[in-house]
Amino acid sequence: MIEIDHLTKRYGPHTAVEDLYLQVEPGLIYGLLGPNGAGKSTTMNMMTGCLAATEGTVRIDGYDIFEEPAKAKAKIGYLPEMPPVYPEMTPREYLSFVAEAKGVQKEMRGGQLDQVLRVTDTAAVQNRLIRNLSKGYRQRVGIAGALLGDPEVIILDEPTVGLDPRQIIEIRDLIRTLGKKHTVILSSHILSEVRAVCDRIVIISKGHLVASDTPENLEQLFAGSRTLELVVRGEEPAIRAALAPLRGVRRLQFGRREEGEQSLTIETGPKDDLREGVFFACAAARLPILGMETRKASLEDVFIELTGQDAPLPKGEAELSDQQGEEGEQP
Amino acid sequence: MIAVYKKELRTSFTGMAAYVFIAFVLVFAGIYTMLYNLSNGYPNFEYVLQSMSIIFLIAIPILTMRSIAEERRQYTDQLLYALPLGMTRIVLGKYLAILTVVAVPSLLMGCYPLLLSQYGEVSFATAWGALAGFFLLSAALAAIGLLISALTENQAVAAGLCFVVMMLLYFMNNLASFVSDTAAASLAALMLAVLVLAVLARMFTRSTPLAGLVAAVGCGGLLACYLVAAERFEGLFDRVMESLSVFERFYTFIDGVFDLTGVLYFLSIIAVALFLTVQTMEKRRWS
Repeated sequence: MIEIDHLTKRYGPHTAVEDLYLQVEPGLIYGLLGPNGAGKSTTMNMMTGCLAATEGTVRIDGYDIFEEPAKAKAKIGYLPEMPPVYPEMTPREYLSFVAEAKGVQKEMRGGQLDQVLRVTDTAAVQNRLIRNLSKGYRQRVGIAGALLGDPEVIILDEPTVGLDPRQIIEIRDLIRTLGKKHTVILSSHILSEVRAVCDRIVIISKGHLVASDTPENLEQLFAGSRTLELVVRGEEPAIRAALAPLRGVRRLQFGRREEGEQSLTIETGPKDDLREGVFFACAAARLPILGMETRKASLEDVFIELTGQDAPLPKGEAELSDQQGEEGEQP
Repeated sequence: MIAVYKKELRTSFTGMAAYVFIAFVLVFAGIYTMLYNLSNGYPNFEYVLQSMSIIFLIAIPILTMRSIAEERRQYTDQLLYALPLGMTRIVLGKYLAILTVVAVPSLLMGCYPLLLSQYGEVSFATAWGALAGFFLLSAALAAIGLLISALTENQAVAAGLCFVVMMLLYFMNNLASFVSDTAAASLAALMLAVLVLAVLARMFTRSTPLAGLVAAVGCGGLLACYLVAAERFEGLFDRVMESLSVFERFYTFIDGVFDLTGVLYFLSIIAVALFLTVQTMEKRRWS
């Protein structure tokens, strides 16, 4: 559906997006995730032809956005970060302008207008001035504008920023509904949001694409190890001796010690479960276990690791590429 | 293009700009008609047009200031870039909407000679010819205003800059006549003009080599011409400015000459201004 190839944007010496590759398949909801300033908006602006790329191409359904902009843009509905609505118009006037500008046939215009007003739930405010509408409704009017002309791809840049919690939930539901008929790409810096809505997560950091996969896969791939967090009453040497015979311990790390209670973490392989072994070993050595917890790498960890300050391309990325070579990570 | 045109027209008539422009022009037309034709009894409507052409200094900025600058301020320019329309069509749509507003007072003023003919002999040909010139002048100035609106970030700056440019255009001739008629003074003034042009080229393209080339070729060429035929340079700056002056072209129409080169001149001003507007908008894609 969309092929992004070698996409690069430089502002003088500053590189906003560098050498981005991505294949967007039809019918899925993509979440572009990254910290603020990672290059999400820049990427989206280039995908929609609002911004020229320094290098690289974007093809929408085979049409190059820079070479054949009219054909490519007709397949895209775009909602920029700030909804591009005219405050002195009513939603109905605004939408009929957008429909006409997008070249929707005159006889179909009325029907499409009513349809997008219904889908985005803006019919009730269609004759009020946009100036007087709340941010949530402006956002919806913006989305309605993006939907006009029935584009195959809907691109939404931070669609839920500045909305109250109830509106956020409504917009997410709306996005899910859209995802049934369209390919949707949305950007966000909020992980839970992308997780809740998207079929695919694309993580961007400092203008680089660092991962692109389903939420589940990302979690699994990064669950390269499992950690067991323990609090044991006893001395460090004694605990070390008791755990020594256990098989499958990759790393043993001792942490704080408070009033005879020693906290420690045991790292194991992703499939090993050492809980029972640890229990019996400690019991046999008469070292009471006061607390035990298993932790798997969560999407948060993945995100933090991938976008961390010191590690623009962490080693986890290489693992990802090995196992998911075709998904479009860059080496 | 028609969609943009309709939207722009509606916006200008829901806001104040169009009404203010039309009212402003008509009020001045009324005052001057009263003064020249009715009180003093001149049969020449074209004098009215000539005297009132100074109001464009204010009327044009009012009309054009918001056109593109406002789109940028409220982030709706993103919509324009994302639409499957070329920038040329968007700019043309905007310009045609402005042109429609500009045409309203000209059309209404077309009735004045008819009214005046009730009280005496009126030369319709010169009156309407001058009115056509008046309309062309306002169309050309509006295109320049649109370009200035595209160059700026907000409408106040656009209005201010537009006013300054209109004023320069209006007084260009008077200013040029301050330069002494000697060949050397003409050369100096022309070289200064070339340098200004080079600075503008630098601002537009951000390419120092190009600006340097413009300056070098321009100044070098002038100097060479000066060395070959210095006597030709006497009063040259004045003549160049006069033939470039937008208002000076319009005064030819006032004199009762329907000057086809003048028409062509106005049309080229419009074409160049619109072309530069489109290029300015396109350039923003890159920054």
